[in-house]
Amino acid sequence: MIALAIIIGVAAGVLSGLFGIGGGILLVPALALVLGLDQVEAEATSLLAIIPVAAVGAWRQKGYGNLDVRAGLTIGLFAAVAAIVGVALVNVLPVNLVRYGFAALMLYVSWRMASSAIKQLRAALDPNAPADSR
Amino acid sequence: MPSLRISQLAILGIATGIFSGLFGVGGGVVLVPLLVLWIGFDERRAAATSLLAIVIAASAGAATQLIYGNVHFVAALTVGIPAVGGVLIGTWLQQRIPVAVVQLLFSALLVGVAVLVVLK
Repeated sequence: MIALAIIIGVAAGVLSGLFGIGGGILLVPALALVLGLDQVEAEATSLLAIIPVAAVGAWRQKGYGNLDVRAGLTIGLFAAVAAIVGVALVNVLPVNLVRYGFAALMLYVSWRMASSAIKQLRAALDPNAPADSR
Repeated sequence: MPSLRISQLAILGIATGIFSGLFGVGGGVVLVPLLVLWIGFDERRAAATSLLAIVIAASAGAATQLIYGNVHFVAALTVGIPAVGGVLIGTWLQQRIPVAVVQLLFSALLVGVAVLVVLK
């Protein structure tokens, strides 16, 4: 069980570095289903585990010259405060309705991300395209 | 690239925080697409900025959860130490894959998030 948790941990870290996410998408199920924490404990523990992962990822990205420090810090501060509002809204909004809305939004955003990526790939593969379009 | 206006940073942070508080999803799945599609960051810049924002937001969240006593330290280390190793691999890999391919893979990840949010 410990070995499985370690493997999922590595996978969560790879996703985190590759996509700039925290990795909670894998860490929470690993903590709940593999290590036996309840859902609230798993989400809380995942938040703590994510901190060094995201910090090391951000540090490496700074080395690669990709990090906008001011933007990351400022967005993070606003997000920390707004998360409290989000948690409070759970008790006020029709959450099931909002959940389907959010899922639909994610699918729409996925389609937008994919079509913009495909456009970039086409431009990169087109020998007649100007070099700055890739 | 010119630095972003404070109003843009505020909108990005507020949208990210509200959605992650509402649905228990990490902020990254909201923030990265906003940075790519709205601000025009490429995947690498978006991921880098998102990771730093997550450090701040997750620290605030974890501090609150520590007070409630919901955090299991041994479990956090069990998954967290391997994940730190994983993130070194992931960021290394990201610099070697074309940004458009990373973005395409990210769009597949978002479909997975949509499914998880509905099933939850």
